Amino acid sequence: MSQNEQHVRPGYVLRYAFHERLWHWVAGFSYVYLLLTGLAFWSPWLFWLAILLGGAPVSRMLHPWIGLIFAVGVAQMYRMWASQMRITQDDKDWFGAVQYYVRNEDEKMPPVGRYNGGQKSLFWGFFVCMILLLLSGLVLWLPEYIPWSWRYLRYIAVLTHASAALLTIGLFMIHVYMGVFAERGAFGSVIRGEVTLAFAKRFHPRWYEEITGQRSTPRK
Amino acid sequence: MSQATLRVQKISGHAGSVPGEGTQREYTVAKLIDVTTCIGCKACEVACVEWNDMPFSNTTFDNTYQTMPETRWNYWNLILFNEHEKDDGSLMWLMRKNQCMHCADPGCLEACPSDGAIIQYTNGIVDFQQDKCIGCGYCITGCPFNIPKFNKETKRVYKCTLCTDRVSEGLEPACIKSCPTGCLHFGSKEDMLQIADTRVKQLKEHFNYPHAGVYDPPGVGGTGVVYVLHDITNPEMYGGLPSNPSIPWTVKLWKHPLKWLGNVAMLGGLIGLFVHYLKVGPKAHDDDDGHVERQGGVRP
Repeated sequence: MSQNEQHVRPGYVLRYAFHERLWHWVAGFSYVYLLLTGLAFWSPWLFWLAILLGGAPVSRMLHPWIGLIFAVGVAQMYRMWASQMRITQDDKDWFGAVQYYVRNEDEKMPPVGRYNGGQKSLFWGFFVCMILLLLSGLVLWLPEYIPWSWRYLRYIAVLTHASAALLTIGLFMIHVYMGVFAERGAFGSVIRGEVTLAFAKRFHPRWYEEITGQRSTPRK
Repeated sequence: MSQATLRVQKISGHAGSVPGEGTQREYTVAKLIDVTTCIGCKACEVACVEWNDMPFSNTTFDNTYQTMPETRWNYWNLILFNEHEKDDGSLMWLMRKNQCMHCADPGCLEACPSDGAIIQYTNGIVDFQQDKCIGCGYCITGCPFNIPKFNKETKRVYKCTLCTDRVSEGLEPACIKSCPTGCLHFGSKEDMLQIADTRVKQLKEHFNYPHAGVYDPPGVGGTGVVYVLHDITNPEMYGGLPSNPSIPWTVKLWKHPLKWLGNVAMLGGLIGLFVHYLKVGPKAHDDDDGHVERQGGVRP
């Protein structure tokens, strides 16, 4: 079913088409697995996570394969969204006013299109980290094939993998917080695809104008 | 009372205290390898394979006196052969028995994420527990001596055990037992260092090796294998023995500052977001037209 064919309830607008939602969740579920098994290898205090997920040798065996799935998921999101994620002057203005966003004084924010500056940064953050995790992960996957004379590759990989993973954890926490708790309606948009017109008007007024051809709420 | 971990002073990937740390009188043991009297007979290689019941594997002939390029998962003890040209043009044939060094600060153990997969006994022996190994290979990255070797079938890592089974019964390791020239010794580290010092003195005074010395690198806290070398200023010539080995700095950075920084940041992030939600709450937008509900709230 294409984007145009999907039935949208009155008062709603389609924000994410089926294929966008699907790839988001391919990346989402694989990320959660990678996060839990990764944390198990990160700290002895969390090693029980690996045991819970089928045993540490199983976790070690599956983590790289699930990592490949995650990489494909992120790559697909790049293919779908990269052109909409270009950082513009509007996004810089958005970050200039980010303190109002944090305090939920959204009426003071400069107008936003389909994605705000924060969402775009999150997208690029995850994309760059995915590349770093993929490259370092390949080295960590098969350490026995790295000859002794190339050992510096392994030395760099352990540090890169952990650092990039930590960065994604920060992004992930903000992403889940915004999507599930802070912006009511955002979680539904990535499940059913729809948001209310009020949601669109409030958080993405430029995008609202684009898709409806109507003026959004007069701004202060 | 279980004796299982009483004689263990370091445990990899372990949360909490270690049962055996400082609880028993115990000598730190060491092998002494006098490189100057090794004739490269490889009795120790055979003894190692024999005692540890390891399957035989193909050797590699490369026109030298070396059995294979490096140790393998089933070949823990290898004499490295190097032809060294001295300043006066004469040649030296260097034979160095290469195996796990049993570091006091083991990089393998430091890097290992699996609880109990690598342990250090109170006598200093570093031993892999393959039943707890998860096959990640971090030990390979942590080791400055290229010792842990991966078995692709079992997906576990193996190395020299310093014949823990023999040593715990009061026997010397198999390699030591087999040495015909007396170049290998085994005992307390203190005794081994004493013998080594005496030998170095001999080499300096009677054999014209002014740079002779004892290899017990402090970068890894000293090792459970101590070498006497003709030339301590150039250990690299003995088949790449590192002159100042230490745990790779990226591994140290990853396992200490980054770990603490990461844990604090993750915990702080969770608390921060929760407090933010308590204070500011969700973003308001109402579902009819334009008006924002939040402004109508009443405060007592």
